[in-house]
Amino acid sequence: MSWFDAARERTARDILARYPKPRSAVIPLLHLAQEQEGWVTPAAMAEIAELTGTTPAEVLGTGSFYEMFKFHPVGTHLVNVCTNVSCQLLGGEELLHHVESTLGVKAGGTTDDGVFTVEDVECVAACTEAPCFTVNYRYFHRADAGTFDEVVADIRAGRSPIERGAAGDAGDLPVHGTLGRVRQQVPDDRRAGVVPPEQVEGAPSWMATMSPAASPSVSPDGADAGEGAS
Amino acid sequence: MTGAYVPHAAGYVDNGGPKVVSSRFVHEDSYTLERSLATGGYEGLRAALARPPADVHAEVRDATLLGRGGAGFPAGVKWGFCPEGVWPRYLVVNGDESEPGTYKDRLLMERDPHQLIEGCLITCYALGLSQCFLYVRGEMALGQERIAAALNEAYAAGYVGRNVLGTDFSVDVTLHWGAGAYIVGEETALIESLEGNRGMPRLKPPYFPAAIGLYGQPTIVNNVETLANVPWILANGAEAYKRMGSETSPGTRLFAVSGHVKRPGVYEVEQGVTTFRDLFYGDGFCQGIRDGHELKMFIPGGGSAPWFFAEHLDLPLEAKEVGAAGSMLGSGAIVVMDETTDAVKACHRMVRFFARESCGKCSPCREGTSWEEKILARILDGHGRPSDIDLLLDVGDNISPGPYPVASHPDEGLDAVPFPPRQTTICPLGPSSVAPITSTIRRFRHEFEAKITRGDGIPVSAAPSGGEAGS
Ligand SMILES: Cc1cc2nc3c(=O)[nH]c(=O)nc-3n(C[C@H](O)[C@H](O)[C@H](O)COP(=O)(O)O)c2cc1C
Ligand code: SF4
Ligand code: FES
Repeated sequence: MSWFDAARERTARDILARYPKPRSAVIPLLHLAQEQEGWVTPAAMAEIAELTGTTPAEVLGTGSFYEMFKFHPVGTHLVNVCTNVSCQLLGGEELLHHVESTLGVKAGGTTDDGVFTVEDVECVAACTEAPCFTVNYRYFHRADAGTFDEVVADIRAGRSPIERGAAGDAGDLPVHGTLGRVRQQVPDDRRAGVVPPEQVEGAPSWMATMSPAASPSVSPDGADAGEGAS
Repeated sequence: MTGAYVPHAAGYVDNGGPKVVSSRFVHEDSYTLERSLATGGYEGLRAALARPPADVHAEVRDATLLGRGGAGFPAGVKWGFCPEGVWPRYLVVNGDESEPGTYKDRLLMERDPHQLIEGCLITCYALGLSQCFLYVRGEMALGQERIAAALNEAYAAGYVGRNVLGTDFSVDVTLHWGAGAYIVGEETALIESLEGNRGMPRLKPPYFPAAIGLYGQPTIVNNVETLANVPWILANGAEAYKRMGSETSPGTRLFAVSGHVKRPGVYEVEQGVTTFRDLFYGDGFCQGIRDGHELKMFIPGGGSAPWFFAEHLDLPLEAKEVGAAGSMLGSGAIVVMDETTDAVKACHRMVRFFARESCGKCSPCREGTSWEEKILARILDGHGRPSDIDLLLDVGDNISPGPYPVASHPDEGLDAVPFPPRQTTICPLGPSSVAPITSTIRRFRHEFEAKITRGDGIPVSAAPSGGEAGS
């Protein structure tokens, strides 16, 4: 019996099938585990080790390098406030202080009701839209204390705050653990085919078949190419 | 034309100039296959597939497409570094964008994923790469959704996967999510991460990805924006590409200008010919420093770049000139600071970033960056010691020995030290932490001193007798 629920077990198999070596799936599977439980449990790591041919210690070794993976329960809503320079210049630290005093926890802490965890984070690639924060990795741009208060009110009332956020995002705000709400899905008949590197022999077929027969060989550095360039 | 914010493309400003990578941003549904196809999407791929792979490579090489991830290395030249006869080869797309100040790859992934996918396909076709891994920064949930949806559409429509557009060309493009670590943006760390490991850089040589990359195979690593240029080049030709920008820096580039300007935003700009002044003060661009304030300093190329000042405003956005002046264009991230900015505080915040993000593999960086951060923190907290300024420079010298790249200081008769820095470390992260320190100490030593000695001139605390800074 898999630790993953039935739907996620299928997703896990899908993910594994996309990589030439199973160990490459460790990080995607850690995300999948976090999606199921909200954090990464020891049982999940044991399952991932099994699926990827690694040990639970190796899974923890990899996972603990990355700050998105939580190895203890966190709030259902992870509030990340950027205080890096572009945000700092326009009030990012003041915004963090507002968040901390509103929720009554310091960065790193979780509210008693388990709804909010606050983090003081590095640049989230929204610098021209400073100051900004994210909730479960959904962006809120050009934010101030008022924006944050509205987002909190929405969450407490069970409404999605997403449309107050970065333009272009919409829909429900998933709880912590869910990242992309759309997953890649490759129909079997469209798959080019993923092969372990040691089973690959020679150049892919098109390198020969799609070159003019006249050309003696295709040099990968293009040294003998260019004559047809328009 | 004064340009306008495009409301749905958060932060992007349409400045009316030539567009290579942002041409679809004006459309609200720019991320759909339908819109992409209606606006020339996958035409570059069709053009490529009508030509032999080596020809496609030559076209990109002729365009002098410079890498947009930081180092500015020409993509077409890098593509030639795969050792002959070694297969399989892979493409790894660097979408880890986390350099402070950088905001453009996220926009490209959220707003035009098909353009990026098309660039990946053309690259795989040209070089015989058997699989493409699109490594997207973990925190970019919407970007992951948009790319997943675009890949699903593109697979179904026959643009990706088995027998692309009915040809013999077959390739899988695999979306991969990161999980939060700046250092993973470094290309060898990216590969480690993709192999399921802690994201720690490998030593170069021998681990140049083009020779020994993913699973030990030849691997091309390119930035998202670099690859987003490729479809245009194939659809319009290298000659047309080179008509934009300057000879050494052709084409356009996305610059994110943040901080104390009137209109911060992401601008697509002709490289090489546009100057920092145009960008900060131009009507179609940032429209000047915010009202009632003046420029104090700016970071021209992301958190790893040494800082510039008013006398550098007339430099063009051109890699070589910026390098000679002591900094780099890096990741197209410009942070503008006005006179209200506390130089020591801004410096500390940038250094804190490097201290947090050091992967810990080599001692000068692991120890040095956290020392730098602690010394700066105590200066800010009023516990600085008179010896701290020299101590900071000394710690920096252990990470990056010798003169560190820095801008000229004409008032003091000091020349620029050209880019890049030397390093005692495995990767450039450690040396990058020195940039804010040398930049601010050279210019604003008095600000450090003012914090170290109270207003009355009495040091807050004298150096301990050993002369060594304790913690
Ligand atoms: C510490 C560090 C972080 C980096 N982060 C990124 C990044 O987030 N995105 C990126 O494209 N390149 C990043 N780079 C540069 C990559 O190592 C590599 O040069 C780049 O992805 C190559 O692509 P390009 O030639 O298309 O620019 C980083 C480099 C270092 C040293
Ligand atoms: S310089 Fe820093 S980040 Fe780079 S490998 Fe060494 S410890 Fe890691
Ligand atoms: S500095 Fe806050 S998003 Fe970049």
